[in-house]
Amino acid sequence: MSVEALTASAILPNRRGTLGALSDYFWRRPKLLVFLLVAPALLWLGIVYVGSLIALLLQSFYSLDDFSGVIVEEFTLKTYGELFKAQNLDIIVRTVSMAAIVTLASAIVAFPIAYVAARYARGKWKALFYLGVMLPLWASYLVKIYAWKLILAKEGILNWVFEQLHLTWLLDAYLSLPIIGGNSLSVSFTGTFLVFLYIWLPYMILPIQASVERVPTNLLDAASDLGATPMQTFWKVIFPLALPGIVAGSIFTFSLTLGDYIIPQIVGTSRLFIGQAVYVQQGTAGNIPLAAAFTVVPIIIMGLYLWMAKRMGAFDAL
Amino acid sequence: MSKLASIPAVSLQSVSRHFGAVRALDGIDLEVGEGEFFAMLGPSGSGKTTCLRLIAGFEQPTSGSIRVFGDAVEGVPPYRRNVNTVFQDYALFPHMNVRENVEFSLMLRKVDRMTRQREAEAALELVKLAGYGERKPGQLSGGQRQRVALARATVNKPKVLLLDEPLGALDLKLREQMQDELKVLQKTLGITFIFVTHDQGEALSMADRVAVFDHGRLMQVGTPEEIYRRPNSRFVADFVGSSNVLPPAFVQSMFGESRWASLRPEAIHVARAEGDGEPHLTGIVVSRAYLGATTRLGIDLGGTLLHAVVASTEDAPVEGERVTLGFSKDAVHMMEAEG
Repeated sequence: MSVEALTASAILPNRRGTLGALSDYFWRRPKLLVFLLVAPALLWLGIVYVGSLIALLLQSFYSLDDFSGVIVEEFTLKTYGELFKAQNLDIIVRTVSMAAIVTLASAIVAFPIAYVAARYARGKWKALFYLGVMLPLWASYLVKIYAWKLILAKEGILNWVFEQLHLTWLLDAYLSLPIIGGNSLSVSFTGTFLVFLYIWLPYMILPIQASVERVPTNLLDAASDLGATPMQTFWKVIFPLALPGIVAGSIFTFSLTLGDYIIPQIVGTSRLFIGQAVYVQQGTAGNIPLAAAFTVVPIIIMGLYLWMAKRMGAFDAL
Repeated sequence: MSKLASIPAVSLQSVSRHFGAVRALDGIDLEVGEGEFFAMLGPSGSGKTTCLRLIAGFEQPTSGSIRVFGDAVEGVPPYRRNVNTVFQDYALFPHMNVRENVEFSLMLRKVDRMTRQREAEAALELVKLAGYGERKPGQLSGGQRQRVALARATVNKPKVLLLDEPLGALDLKLREQMQDELKVLQKTLGITFIFVTHDQGEALSMADRVAVFDHGRLMQVGTPEEIYRRPNSRFVADFVGSSNVLPPAFVQSMFGESRWASLRPEAIHVARAEGDGEPHLTGIVVSRAYLGATTRLGIDLGGTLLHAVVASTEDAPVEGERVTLGFSKDAVHMMEAEG
């Protein structure tokens, strides 16, 4: 077709048949297109995902008959009441404390890494950073946890290193501490904490890196220009602007720790975390209502956490 | 020059800044007097912004020395220099409201809250933004952000205020208004202003003195009038103002000197009749741009194109018309020799 033929009339011919007609149709009805685009996700999230969550929540309002072991399908708050029994409350407090400490430690460890990657790494160093952060995510979660169990075991490499440095006494002194100590690191809460920290760290680094990268360099120049020392620039400008990233990362580390039941089972003490409690209650104990009620706890805690983060202005800079 | 009192506000001695093989600035010598409104003019990539960043302390010179009120500032970080900057895109802190932005430098200096608020309000009043303190920068227009940036940079009374193309992002009307306001602000505060711009009109109309940069070199420093009337090089003549740059062969044929020369368009008399004893030439009008009170003509003199500005009257020459040009020899400003 010559150029003249193409431009002969004011309206160009439809050259793509049905597909072309469809394009024209959607162009005239953009809302329909948006609807069709979100419909599959909506079906999946709305019905399969949220739907089953609601079904689960309903279960938490049922109760288990103590004598017969049969689930009584009547609305009651009795199951929630059970959460406040000492042994269950222990589980909740233990899990939430662990999640909080893991989150705090992740943020502290992740920030410098993320900061350097966002501010200074260029070209192949940046590629190396992404590879370094993502690589652990490609390896099997279970393999990594068992690897850590070996590292932390009494016969493991960490013990050996302490021995070579003649610091075994230091490790022993640490392990003799109440709560955080134990027979060896692999059967202590410290071990559980270290593995959690390792496994969730990438989820903290990446959002912080993204948020630091979005802070324009000229704001740092401006702060310095107006008399802010590097420390003041960090606390007054970089930190507040990176806060949404930290909160995003902490949502990952906090909720993932709240829900995990594999890590504390392999590395740590025999004391249960929420995830394990859910696993035990819905399985061996056959108490689905209590398992459901346990599941609601992290949801409520996360809701409170986000509400507090919002009130503290964590999302103001978004 | 009386403006250059005992100690210059800023002085640069053979300052260079190289980025690898790129010479962003090359051997600059410059003095800016106290209380002066000084413009650094040049096309993008000419080194004017680098020069500003060196004075602010964001960059360190590769060689040479910079003094601010007599003190050498080598190795002094920006936060210890009593020099503030108004950034091209304002660089307002998005998480702080206008008042917090303006108070920032005072807060860092541990000025008490009451004084801080009073000073910030006064600074905002000076830029006609009184009462805007509680708004966030995102809620302001470009012109208002510009004013906040000015208030923020002047609230702690710096010794020198650096302005990096501060009007670049504003539309024409607002820009003209801000030009006047900046002049007034500078007079009110009595601070040395160093102003970077690529807009020659802006530089000439606002500054006490202008430095013209090109390719990392300082081409000429002088009052706007000196720069405009007596450019020292083809580049300056070409970049500052719409002067005609006359090639050496042309100048040779008319004045017997083989040099480049500049001739301002408004110094050319255009007529249909023969001239009156002044050196005159004939040419054909090839373009015509109506500028309101005046009309700018492009005239082809058999290979050399000259621009002339005439009054926009009914009988101004039109395209294709044959005209004669006349100008006094004094209007022709000789520059560098051929080379």
